[in-house]
Amino acid sequence: MQSAALPTAESDARFIQLVRLADDHLILGHRLSEWCGHAPMLEEDLAMPNIALDLLGQARALYSHAGIIENKDRDEDALAYRRLEREYTNLLMCERPNGDFAHTMLRQLFFSVFMKHYWLSGESSSDPVVAALASKAQKESDYHVRHCAQWVIRLGDGTDESAARLAKALQALTPYLHELFESDSVTQTNGDVGFLPEPSTMQTRWRADIDTIFDLAKLCLPSVENLLTQGKSGGRQGLHSESMGFLLAELQFLQRTYPNMQW
Amino acid sequence: MYSQGLNESNLASAETPEFLAEFQARIDADEKIEPNDPMPQAYRQTLIRQIGQHAHSEIVGMLPEANWLTRAPTLRRKTALLAKVQDEGGHGLYLYSAAETLGISREQMTEELLAGKAKYSSIFNYPTLSWADMGAIGWLVDGAAIMNQVPLCRCSYGPYARAMVRICKEESFHQRQGYELMISLCNGTTAQKDMAQDSLNRWWWPSLMMFGPSDSDSLHSDQSRLWKIKRFTNDELRQKFVDATVKQAQHLGLEIPDPQLAWNENKNDGAGGYDFGEIDWDEFWRVVKGHGPLNRERIAARTKAWEEGAWVREAALAYAEKQKSANTDPNNLAQKVS
Ligand SMILES: [Fe+2]
Ligand SMILES: [Fe+2]
Ligand SMILES: [Fe+2]
Repeated sequence: MQSAALPTAESDARFIQLVRLADDHLILGHRLSEWCGHAPMLEEDLAMPNIALDLLGQARALYSHAGIIENKDRDEDALAYRRLEREYTNLLMCERPNGDFAHTMLRQLFFSVFMKHYWLSGESSSDPVVAALASKAQKESDYHVRHCAQWVIRLGDGTDESAARLAKALQALTPYLHELFESDSVTQTNGDVGFLPEPSTMQTRWRADIDTIFDLAKLCLPSVENLLTQGKSGGRQGLHSESMGFLLAELQFLQRTYPNMQW
Repeated sequence: MYSQGLNESNLASAETPEFLAEFQARIDADEKIEPNDPMPQAYRQTLIRQIGQHAHSEIVGMLPEANWLTRAPTLRRKTALLAKVQDEGGHGLYLYSAAETLGISREQMTEELLAGKAKYSSIFNYPTLSWADMGAIGWLVDGAAIMNQVPLCRCSYGPYARAMVRICKEESFHQRQGYELMISLCNGTTAQKDMAQDSLNRWWWPSLMMFGPSDSDSLHSDQSRLWKIKRFTNDELRQKFVDATVKQAQHLGLEIPDPQLAWNENKNDGAGGYDFGEIDWDEFWRVVKGHGPLNRERIAARTKAWEEGAWVREAALAYAEKQKSANTDPNNLAQKVS
């Protein structure tokens, strides 16, 4: 796929947006799996892989469906493993190195609150496959939100150190929030035909949830206006951070070293 | 069980002969011992040590496989591996809970592990160098664990026996999944088959070592057998493992790295079995004593996770205390935010 080019046909738009979502889930699930075996407590060694497994499951469903729409014989693994870095179109937030536990949990909260509302709207997609996928993913995202919210609140209202770390994580992640709500001709086309909602329409609901949680966590989010004007951008065009190449080097290692094999 | 058969139940106990005889009678009648039942101090200590070692093995055992999570070759494999490593964490959790019923805390056990005072299975001190190791570990390491653990489902201590029933089901799923991964490689290209053979070559002997010292050298007293904590000797279990696994290797078209391996129809009371070469016991003891390929690295990784996670655990505790003093239920939190 040519992520930089603007789509002309509706099917292109559908394919592009499904791959964007799939990439978000794959890359974030991949990052989350890096915690496995190294978490602050055994319960989190179970909980973080749990969330990662949901994200990877959603990625698989999204890639598979994207492949069918594209109709070029690319299955989930062709899409997940055998593209160039410029062809991955995930949110930049998802590829950020994990940082500490506060950064990981806050990032997951931002993403999962967004996805929870996104999938809720997606349940009425004009595409029955997407509608079914959204309905399942919505329930999973809801659980992710609960888990991450509990942690963000505990950290925000825990010790001085945990509050300071959480504040630092918020500072680091704020520039990436803008991208969540980004709109372009792909999202507009899909929104117009009722295939998938426009991300920008999630803003109010996302903000309301985050404010409630931040209240309990004694945190304060900068105003929406600032978020939207000061954000980073580029992920949807395949323009990544410097860490993305290393992530892909690991992800693609076997597929690149031993091409065309069955595993 | 990954306790390597090193349990010494030699604690002096002040219990009267009548008490000990009564306890033994319960064991002989196949009664389950439960947490609040009276039990000899040595029985308790033996179990604490064995269950603790088993729990640590599950936790340290996450590391070699987690090493390949970010490099799994397909989404199906990535998902399966992640679920497997997560299962091992779950096993650790049940086992720590079973040990806690005997009066030791998870923190205490963790500190003993990190201080090098508690053991875990030596197999996890070997490195995972290729993707095929994800197959070999499931096939051989989970396979050997099952041989050891199935008899523990009938262990006299109730909480341990019950934990083992659930764990064994998952371990046998891991074993089949690992074997299925080996089948894919062996049905694949020459490069894949070579990868599988290389992996078997590296994991075969360490897997045999998982059963512990040979019976003639075992520190393990007969006491564990009398107490029905252990039901078979190390060598009996090792033989069973070899007999089952050689056939599976043949089916894969892989060669067991042992020139002395030979069918012996007189073995196993005439049912037949495999003769096999001598384990390198110097290597065995070297790794047990902390000088294996990755002993230091494994403990360093666990220590790093524990130390770097301290502020998170402290925050959780501080938050829970604030909630308690504010007289609110932290479990209601979820309702507020959704
Ligand atoms: Fe085990
Ligand atoms: Fe296990
Ligand atoms: Fe296992």
